Amino acid sequence: MNGRARFAFTVLAFGYAFLYLPIVLVIVYSFNESRLVTVWAGFSTKWWQALFANEAMLDAAWLSLRIALVSATTAAVIGLAAGYALARAPFFFGRTLFGSLVIAPMVMPEVVMGISMLLLFVGSEQLLGGPDRGFLTITLAHTTFSIAFVAIVVQARLADFDRSLEEAAMDLGATPWTTFRTITLPLITPAVGSGWLLAFTLSLDDLILTQFVAGAQSQTLPMRVYSSVRLGVDPQINVLATIIVCVAACALILSGWLTRRKV
Amino acid sequence: MHAGPIADSIVRIEGLTKRFGAITAVDGVDLEIQRGELFALLGGSGCGKTTLLRMLAGFEVPDNGRIVIDGQDMTGVPPHLRPVNMMFQSYALFPHMDVATNVGYGLRREGVKAPEIATRVAEALEQVKLANHAARRPAQLSGGQRQRVALARALVKRPKLLLLDEPLAALDRKLREGTRFELVRLQEQLGLTFVMVTHDQEEAMSMATRLAVMNTGRVAQVGTPHEIYERPASRFVADFIGIANILEADGGWLAVRPEKITLSANRLDAANTVAGKILDIAYEGDRSLYRIVTEGKGTLVVSTTNIDRTRPASFARGQGVWLGWSAEAGHRLSE
Repeated sequence: MNGRARFAFTVLAFGYAFLYLPIVLVIVYSFNESRLVTVWAGFSTKWWQALFANEAMLDAAWLSLRIALVSATTAAVIGLAAGYALARAPFFFGRTLFGSLVIAPMVMPEVVMGISMLLLFVGSEQLLGGPDRGFLTITLAHTTFSIAFVAIVVQARLADFDRSLEEAAMDLGATPWTTFRTITLPLITPAVGSGWLLAFTLSLDDLILTQFVAGAQSQTLPMRVYSSVRLGVDPQINVLATIIVCVAACALILSGWLTRRKV
Repeated sequence: MHAGPIADSIVRIEGLTKRFGAITAVDGVDLEIQRGELFALLGGSGCGKTTLLRMLAGFEVPDNGRIVIDGQDMTGVPPHLRPVNMMFQSYALFPHMDVATNVGYGLRREGVKAPEIATRVAEALEQVKLANHAARRPAQLSGGQRQRVALARALVKRPKLLLLDEPLAALDRKLREGTRFELVRLQEQLGLTFVMVTHDQEEAMSMATRLAVMNTGRVAQVGTPHEIYERPASRFVADFIGIANILEADGGWLAVRPEKITLSANRLDAANTVAGKILDIAYEGDRSLYRIVTEGKGTLVVSTTNIDRTRPASFARGQGVWLGWSAEAGHRLSE
């Protein structure tokens, strides 16, 4: 190895260490024997066992997972429709406005969204008697901001989509709906899939917005983690972080594979 | 313009106009296309030929005029209900389907039964000599093979009219020449009507039964390749197709093709003669083109066939020569 290559590898190693050493430490310390997060006292899986026996944490995780699944799926469907409309619909009155409105939740501070959602849900509770704040309201809030991410991904994919493929399908006798079903949708599925994963991840770790719209009884995983950290950290957090890193890594790999996949 | 009515017309285009904003892409076009012919729309970019083709397919809606295909008025008929199929310039093969699925796509939309689809797809792939490639994806094929899949996919529907948008433009030169003959052979063998858009005059002249030369949204001339070349209607057509010397004669214009003029070192015994001096020579292998400054007729282009292998040209630059052409060599232009 010559000097230049050695230098390049050294820089690379430092870069990766900077990014990933904290995560590696978290994973290593999840197998720590000690009750203290920062002192190594030998290998043990006792904190893993403790976490899986921690009912409150597991309930929070299960709630977060359900919210993420439902909100990501709903956002994928609505975001697909919005992205398709933005990319394909011929000019209609208010199109520019519609385009900005779809992506507004991406740039709007979460605190503002949280307040407005809270006001909405309080208002509807007074007027209509529901919905109760909890699973439903959190899911609705997460869906609202996730739509923007799916719509953007779908719109970008459709922007460089060869229109003649759709024309060819229609020329061969396909109705506009059949064209969408057999040509457009299969070809943009990877984009919808990565939009879904994005929405799923965003929902899973959202804290600020969730705190506004969550009820007293519903605690999502990030809320649970946040409150337990304030009470004092316990190596269970390391275990939880390890699991989340693994899930996120899997999602990332899957998303990358979906984007690269030759259709 | 074409003289006389057409016995068996399959397409009638009447006063067709299409505007895009301030631009009139197609401007009051009238055309009649005969059943079983290979009709070419020829013109430079922006002449409206592609827009005209897309209106035939139903992708663009005309602002004025109408299209009648096989007696049926196409106004308001969406693309998927037209008895027309198109081969796209980009071929537009569906990348997520193999060759056989691509070719069978149109038949499935018609609700043809699976066994019949299989037979007809196999037959169509046989016609374009791709029977062994049915299971391949478009990405695994060469440019020429993709072109043939696109052709098979359009032909398998047995359309009344096959539209071809620059069918050979994406192929390299050598392949293009072979494919030209292949397309003409298929068209004759199947007895179908082809309407082809091209910017390549050589392609249009060598393939088409008749062609329309288009300019700024209008049809400049319709005729057989021979008519278009030897009897151009206007200065535009004479100039656009091949090389033309445009001479002023009796208050009008006369087009004389370079090969109709004889070149000689001595004075010629012809109906028209003029002396000149060779300005420059372009050697093209099979022929040489001379630009000659004449006395009183301006600069003329003359071509000679290079029969003698030993010399690149029969005349030298700067040499004084005589030009001569017969009384019938020139064609009087109407405009």
